Amino acid sequence: MPRITSPVELEKVRQEIVASKERNKPCVSICVGAGCLASGANEVMAAFKSEIEKQGLKTEVNTKGTGCPGFCERGPIVVVYPEEICYLQVKAEDVPEIVSQTLKGKKVVERLVYVDPATGEKATKESDIPFYKNQIRSIIGENIKIDPKNIEDYLAVGGYSALAKALSGMTPEQVVEEVKTSKIRGRGGAGFPTGMKWEFARKAPGDTKYVVVNADEGDPGAFMDRAVLEGNPHSVLEGLTIGAYAIGAHEGYIYVRQEYPLAIENVTLAIKQSEEYGFLGKNILGSGFDFTVKVARGAGAFVCGEETSLLASLEGRAGEPKARPPFPATKGLWGKPTNINNVETWANVPLIISKGAAAFSAVGTEGSKGTKIFSLVGKVKNTGLVEVPMGITLRDIVFKVGGGIPGEKKFKAVQTGGPSGGCIPEEHMDMKVDFDELPRAGAIMGSGGMIVMDEDTCMVDVARYFVDFLSDESCGKCVPCREGIRQMNKILSDITKGKGKEGDIEILEELSEATTNASLCALGKTAANPVLSTIRYFRDEYEAHIKGKKCPAYSCKELVAYYIDPKKCQACMTCAKQCPADAIVGGKNQIHVIDQAKCTKCGTCFEVCPTKFRAVTKISGEPVPAPIPEEARTIVRERKQK
Amino acid sequence: MEITRIDLIIDKHEAKASSLVQVLLEIQRENHWLPKEALERVAERLQVPLSRIQHIVTFYKAFSLVPKGRHEIHVCMGTACHVRGAQRILDRVEDITGIKAGETDQDLKFSLETVNCLGCCAMGPVMVVDGAYYGKLAPAKSEEVLKNYE
Amino acid sequence: MSEIRLQIDGKEVAAKEGMTILQAAETVGISIPTLCNYEKLEPYGACRICTVEAESRGRTNLVAACLYPVEPDLVVRTRSEKIDKIRKTLLQLMMAHAPDSPQLQELATEYGANADRFEKEGAFCILCGLCVRYCAEVKKKNALAFVDRGTKREISFIPEIASKECWNCKECFPLCPTSYAQAAYFLTEALAFPRTSASEE
Repeated sequence: MPRITSPVELEKVRQEIVASKERNKPCVSICVGAGCLASGANEVMAAFKSEIEKQGLKTEVNTKGTGCPGFCERGPIVVVYPEEICYLQVKAEDVPEIVSQTLKGKKVVERLVYVDPATGEKATKESDIPFYKNQIRSIIGENIKIDPKNIEDYLAVGGYSALAKALSGMTPEQVVEEVKTSKIRGRGGAGFPTGMKWEFARKAPGDTKYVVVNADEGDPGAFMDRAVLEGNPHSVLEGLTIGAYAIGAHEGYIYVRQEYPLAIENVTLAIKQSEEYGFLGKNILGSGFDFTVKVARGAGAFVCGEETSLLASLEGRAGEPKARPPFPATKGLWGKPTNINNVETWANVPLIISKGAAAFSAVGTEGSKGTKIFSLVGKVKNTGLVEVPMGITLRDIVFKVGGGIPGEKKFKAVQTGGPSGGCIPEEHMDMKVDFDELPRAGAIMGSGGMIVMDEDTCMVDVARYFVDFLSDESCGKCVPCREGIRQMNKILSDITKGKGKEGDIEILEELSEATTNASLCALGKTAANPVLSTIRYFRDEYEAHIKGKKCPAYSCKELVAYYIDPKKCQACMTCAKQCPADAIVGGKNQIHVIDQAKCTKCGTCFEVCPTKFRAVTKISGEPVPAPIPEEARTIVRERKQK
Repeated sequence: MEITRIDLIIDKHEAKASSLVQVLLEIQRENHWLPKEALERVAERLQVPLSRIQHIVTFYKAFSLVPKGRHEIHVCMGTACHVRGAQRILDRVEDITGIKAGETDQDLKFSLETVNCLGCCAMGPVMVVDGAYYGKLAPAKSEEVLKNYE
Repeated sequence: MSEIRLQIDGKEVAAKEGMTILQAAETVGISIPTLCNYEKLEPYGACRICTVEAESRGRTNLVAACLYPVEPDLVVRTRSEKIDKIRKTLLQLMMAHAPDSPQLQELATEYGANADRFEKEGAFCILCGLCVRYCAEVKKKNALAFVDRGTKREISFIPEIASKECWNCKECFPLCPTSYAQAAYFLTEALAFPRTSASEE
């Protein structure tokens, strides 16, 4: 493929691709994002390839491995084009039927389509599925159409037209202005106005400048960037190139955490293909603008998501943050002006340039424009990635898009912002998702992780979990963060073990003041947020642990005992057989009793006790009833009437 | 690890001091751990003090200074997995293997690590063994999975 | 170098561009407490005891005086209820490690810090980094390193280098506010220095 050397030539190539027979063949798109791969998507893909050949359709149907469309709960996901028939939870065994019924017979395999759990209504087309319908999928909607390993798929959906427009029809200053007018704010967590950041870097003196993609998505539970980088790497490259042009940078870096090998593979291949086609390298599209990109791997450090830590890592040093000012825009990588943005921010740039700032800012609220991809996970029915307009309520995200809480459990809180964020309880669920609204409730937007929690989640343990996470991930350089977290971790751990003391909450608040105000970087400055927000909304849980030695969620191991209700036990032996500690005494027709001294609180008995009996209960904050005497344990069964 | 293999990796990165982390990552990937000789060679050729290398190989968790077991187990402890009971999975795996997270057993059979979010949250709790993903785990199921590894 | 005018504790200060708040304060006789700062070394910003309030364009931020560059019209306060409370907490956190450090004790008296506020920790290093940085920046021997991260961060003597350099130097020992550097040196010597055939006799 000879390099494309002008915007006119690009359009010509694009038209050829779109018109080609290859492209208009029926196509089976199978999601091969990391999540579906983990559910067996490779086997499904292999099954399609072999079955299509077996049924003689090899020259008539294409198969394509695509990026993540976000409906992870129902993966592996297969979409048949051009009809857009969407099949969910597809197994390799289902494939022969799909090939003969749908590809050959043009009939729908009813048992594999979406069924609404509340109404029973079926949705055959991808666009009819309520999970997707309630979203605005500007970015992630493209994933199912694109094979990330094939640049022509990206060109077929209009890719690189924004770059052509910027390079041939706009000055760098005009590009900066357009991004400013769009009012887009960074999607990595801080929410700083992107256009302003670009302008600082543009105006900074110096000829050598850098642009960087922050793909070190470290918030546990967040995988939006993974899906975008794996599934549509060119959208990020295009945005990055436009940004480099705007700022005046000729070298770019993509820093990807090493826990995402597929994203690294796909973006590296995308760079290679981009160079071949002429979207990277010298004199891009005949504009005279040169730009090259390199990929660097993270090495397993959450703190490297902080921009100055990331730059230190790129420079071959340990990821210790640097004091700001000076900011990276003036003094960044190797002391040069550097603009670093999050993956999702870069992916939004082509949209802003091609559709215009006005169209972009028509979606969202006054202070937060555009859409945001959230990873909706935890105790929610439709676990996956959702892209929604800023300003949608939390309630709509969790219940309308997310389908609510599984198992008929009661909603308790939704956690946003990862270890820098907070928990939002029921009373604030009508809050609009917005950069400025969320902090008023004690949380932050963060990078997009949204963990749903129910009545079985202990909120003190949530605080402990995040503080424990940070005690390992903090760089450890400064006293307020390292020592503050050390002491908070101890106290929270003690509270969850029943060793909490009066005054512990006050000490946590005192420590929070020091870490929030005196820490060197945002990791330390926001470390107290999960603690403070859980104290704010769930103080009663803290007090129950401290005063009553009780865990109201029946979750904290040391405060919970498992007890078999003798009135409900039917001596089925299920729990006794599965207890890994051999702690259950009982036999046929003998009511089972847990030996509390041997019990390791693993919870297996609670899980395996048949639902019709529900004999295993959890006790917390009260003494465990003494085991009933052996003589009383025999179950006398009534003879059935013949 | 042979010096020639180390030198190949260093040359690929033009022996630049700023490529220190990337060079070490490649050696780690090829050799599964970083022997002392490798660190000394890197220090020599990249002209960086051993103190900086010491900091980096202990700061970043991708690096191992001791040989790893035949099978690498990663238990995800991300928030979504945590809320679905990942701690109980870890407890069970630690019981079965006899080692704690961060350790390798005496027979060099298993190495156990925790990892903070693999991005497969819908499948939580998740455990990865030698690159194979096991999702929607319960403590008993994790025992079954590990039985299959020699 | 251009002059920059700012205010510290109500005093007008004429500072030079490139100075930090700490340096500017010194010129007018205002002393801000420090622990990890040393004139022969690059400022580090680890102990945070020099935290001060810096107000500019209507916004007040808490910043480390040893690192924050002076700006025109900056209004700095080196003492306030908030600052004093933070310094007290920081001292209490450090004294959980090193209650006997003379520098910490002196500051504790001034800020009313209680050395027993937090449970005692095993290692008495407060990670001010003076030893590591002095050996790297002044002696250029790099015999000490920081290792690990988070609550597990430590300083470590590199046996191969320390066994050759330290005995004839020891210049970092008096810099250490807790005497941990000396302790670590002798422990490393006993446990990890390479053994030569001569010493095995």
